[in-house]
Amino acid sequence: MSLLSVNGLSVKFKRRNGDLTALHEVSFSLDRGERLAIVGESGAGKSILGYALVNLLSKPGYIAAGSVQLAGQELTQLNAKQWQGVRGKRIAMIFQDPMITLNPVLSIGDQMVEAIRSHTRIAYKDARKLAIEKLAHVRIAAPVQRFDQYPHELSGGMRQRVIIAIALLLNPEIIIADEPTTALDVTIQAEILQLLKQICLDNGVALILITHDFGVVSRIAERTLVMYAGRIVEQGPTLEIINDPQHPYTQGLLNALPQMALPGQRLNQIQGSMPPLSEHPGGCAFHPRCPYAQDKCREKVPGFVYSGVSTVACYVVEDMLAEFAQYDEEDLDV
Amino acid sequence: MNIWHRPQGVAEHTTRVRHVLSAMRGDKLALFALCIFALYCLVALLAPLLAPYDVNSVDFMDLENAELAPYWQTGDGRFLLGTDTQGRDLLSVILYGTRLSLTIGVCAVLIQLLMGGTIGLLSGYIGGRLDAFLMRAADIQLSFSTMMVAIVVLAVFQTLFGNAVYQQLAMLMLILVLGIAEWPIFARIIRACVFAEKDKEYVDAARVLGVSKVRIMLRHILPNTVSPILVILTIQIANAIVAEAALSFLGLGMPPAQPSLGALISSGFNYLFSGAWWISVFPSMTLILLIFVMNLLGDWLRDHLNPQAAGG
Amino acid sequence: MLRFIGRRLLQAMFVLLIISVISFMIQDKLGDPVQQMVGQSVPQQDRLALQQDLGLNDPLLVQYGRFLGRALQGDLGTSYYYKEATLDIILSRLPATLELSFSALVLVILLATPLGVVAAIHPKSLLSRAILIFSTLGLSVPIFIVAVFLMYFFAIEWRLLPSFGRGETTWVMGLWQSGLFNKDGLLHLLLPSFSLAFVLTPMFIRLIRAEMIDALQSEYIRYAWSKGISASRIYFVHALKNTMLPVITVAGIQVGTLVAYTILTESIFQWPGMGLLFMEAVTRVDVPLISAYLMVVGVIFVVTNTVVDLVYSLVNPRVRLPGYGS
Repeated sequence: MSLLSVNGLSVKFKRRNGDLTALHEVSFSLDRGERLAIVGESGAGKSILGYALVNLLSKPGYIAAGSVQLAGQELTQLNAKQWQGVRGKRIAMIFQDPMITLNPVLSIGDQMVEAIRSHTRIAYKDARKLAIEKLAHVRIAAPVQRFDQYPHELSGGMRQRVIIAIALLLNPEIIIADEPTTALDVTIQAEILQLLKQICLDNGVALILITHDFGVVSRIAERTLVMYAGRIVEQGPTLEIINDPQHPYTQGLLNALPQMALPGQRLNQIQGSMPPLSEHPGGCAFHPRCPYAQDKCREKVPGFVYSGVSTVACYVVEDMLAEFAQYDEEDLDV
Repeated sequence: MNIWHRPQGVAEHTTRVRHVLSAMRGDKLALFALCIFALYCLVALLAPLLAPYDVNSVDFMDLENAELAPYWQTGDGRFLLGTDTQGRDLLSVILYGTRLSLTIGVCAVLIQLLMGGTIGLLSGYIGGRLDAFLMRAADIQLSFSTMMVAIVVLAVFQTLFGNAVYQQLAMLMLILVLGIAEWPIFARIIRACVFAEKDKEYVDAARVLGVSKVRIMLRHILPNTVSPILVILTIQIANAIVAEAALSFLGLGMPPAQPSLGALISSGFNYLFSGAWWISVFPSMTLILLIFVMNLLGDWLRDHLNPQAAGG
Repeated sequence: MLRFIGRRLLQAMFVLLIISVISFMIQDKLGDPVQQMVGQSVPQQDRLALQQDLGLNDPLLVQYGRFLGRALQGDLGTSYYYKEATLDIILSRLPATLELSFSALVLVILLATPLGVVAAIHPKSLLSRAILIFSTLGLSVPIFIVAVFLMYFFAIEWRLLPSFGRGETTWVMGLWQSGLFNKDGLLHLLLPSFSLAFVLTPMFIRLIRAEMIDALQSEYIRYAWSKGISASRIYFVHALKNTMLPVITVAGIQVGTLVAYTILTESIFQWPGMGLLFMEAVTRVDVPLISAYLMVVGVIFVVTNTVVDLVYSLVNPRVRLPGYGS
């Protein structure tokens, strides 16, 4: 049984004249110790998915349908008290911008100890020891001094290390990291990513990494899930997807990487931009930007097919597969 | 970009006002507040027509009728709400008092608006040192509370002129003091608007085309300040009316012969303890209700016109 | 940082200077020391001589210099009415005003904090709306109406509490006369401090609510939830701690409002503080006392404002105060 299994998860935003759907029937699973990346442009619903998993959607948002099971336990039915036991303890989160994530008026130590002591009954002294241990574990120099400092005394990279240390405090089963390096200096990004990967390996923690950057994905995640306009459009092993992207959107994302352009050449951006939530087009949401769009793409959402590389929701791939199958049959006939 | 367009702000603003009006229809409390406020304004305008007695006539004051209780206690049909210590019909005095209070409030805020608007536009448009200096001055001015400034200034003027002369100048003095002391509120808001608008393309375009600075400010920037001004306008008028009432209560405001609501309440207090409760209770209720609906309206406008507060 | 402190102190000096000029002008324009000293019956010639002796014919700047010099030595003139040094009179009334203000502030904090927090946690709930409407209503009742009606009901109709004055006072460590340490003094304190608190509480409820709503929407609160810590800790430690800093600053800046409100409260309850003293001085045309009051209040005021600003910038290095580094 997989550690986390998400089935048909839909998230909507309450509005006076008709709710808006932010996530459409998202399904995926995560194994123990597995590292999964969720990729997409901003507005694809990646972060909403991350928050939905721990029931921290901001106000008008709510889970409209679907289930989230953690080791067989249904999470969407939990009450506030039960959620408290899951968050931080079994699923820890790392937020995007370390500059605004830590509470500015509480010391690093306070913010670590409170996390420990709300889940386990241990003395302050022992909690402090554990916290300092974890600070050392994420390679923070002089952890004893850091323990008593306030967030504004630390640099952004240092703060993100602290946040990773907090995530590790209670040996969670899953860490959800929402764009953990986007707000950091380019020079520190690689370090933090390496650290994140290392601690997951060391502690056997499963990781859900939310990012817009395929460059980041390739270095960390074993499996990748590509999202567009609130839907999963492709999922499969990271290496395979990078080598042979099936969905036109995935292809576009990969093509847009700076590494893909020759020196002096323009970057190959995908034409157009992600539509806002209220203007999701019918059919495959990507069709207005898709170079291969056909009539049926505008009418009906494509289902998932297994391409041999990854699971994709695209008529073009579907047609191609059908064609191949036909060839195969013809070959057999001959 | 076509700069002969009407500035974006204008269209934006009219739709926003329409949005506000439609939202108001859904909010019963706001609608109620608006109706009451409109009623007050009407009463203030039509006080001479509505009042059962002419407050300016010689026989209005008749000590023989002093301190008569309201109609339902005495059965005396001449004075619905009773009479005050000088035998004046309380209803008439309250109507005129409301008129006076609102006039003082509105005039004071007009001065605030005029002064604050000019300073805010200059400060925002010219910027640099002038701006830094003016905003510093605004900080300092605001840190002294208006009430404190008003009490001190009016007390000094009263000692300077003597009571008799001061009573004649009271209304003018109140309007001036309450008007001048609060200029920074409008100045800050208008300055912020100017800063926000000044770098937008259409202002640049107009400048490139050689439209004069004054024209740019008046035609392009001013319309955008309308909604933030509306938001604080009602609250400011309410504050000015309360301040006036408090000053009158201290004997620094309107004289008993020409009472605003505050002066009425104040003169009634002395008789509260001897049983003539109506002289202070009715004007108090009139004043409290007026301020209450204005505060409700102000809050409501702020929630619906100010995009920053929309989340809260 | 040092530059900011320097600027702030410079500004404080500047404001004090302006206040002193105003005080000087009041005394110069309104007061006639000669008449006060010798009365009406003295012949014109002697008066002129006395004027010369007192330096009243010197250039204004020289007179102002003398005024400032005396003020710096603590001599703010002599009251016409009390025939005593004005500074001594004002300082003897200071404890009464301070005790009134502090007890009112304590009441405000005790009332406004829980109500503001509750109204912020579920802003759309019925209770929050009720709190908000009542605070708007409270904001709409002028302080003198509150005070008079409290006095009318509690002191006159029901005879539960004393109606005016400060009651019995005791010396505290020989420093000041306090009404806080005996029953009579405390009973006298109740009505005035409640009136003062009544008008300040709605203001603070709204302020705390607004700041708290802001804090609750911030990223660190969402992060705190993600750590699985208890709701009460999130509301009362994470959010409230961030709320109090701006609230305390605003409170510090509201000293001016407090001064104005104490003038009103004190004159209603005949509370023998500085505010009442000032209003009496106005009715008695006691010019030196008016001018001295202005100086003393100005100093208190500028000092509190400056200290609050400086402390705020020290406690909270994240903020960029206006004028800092610009």
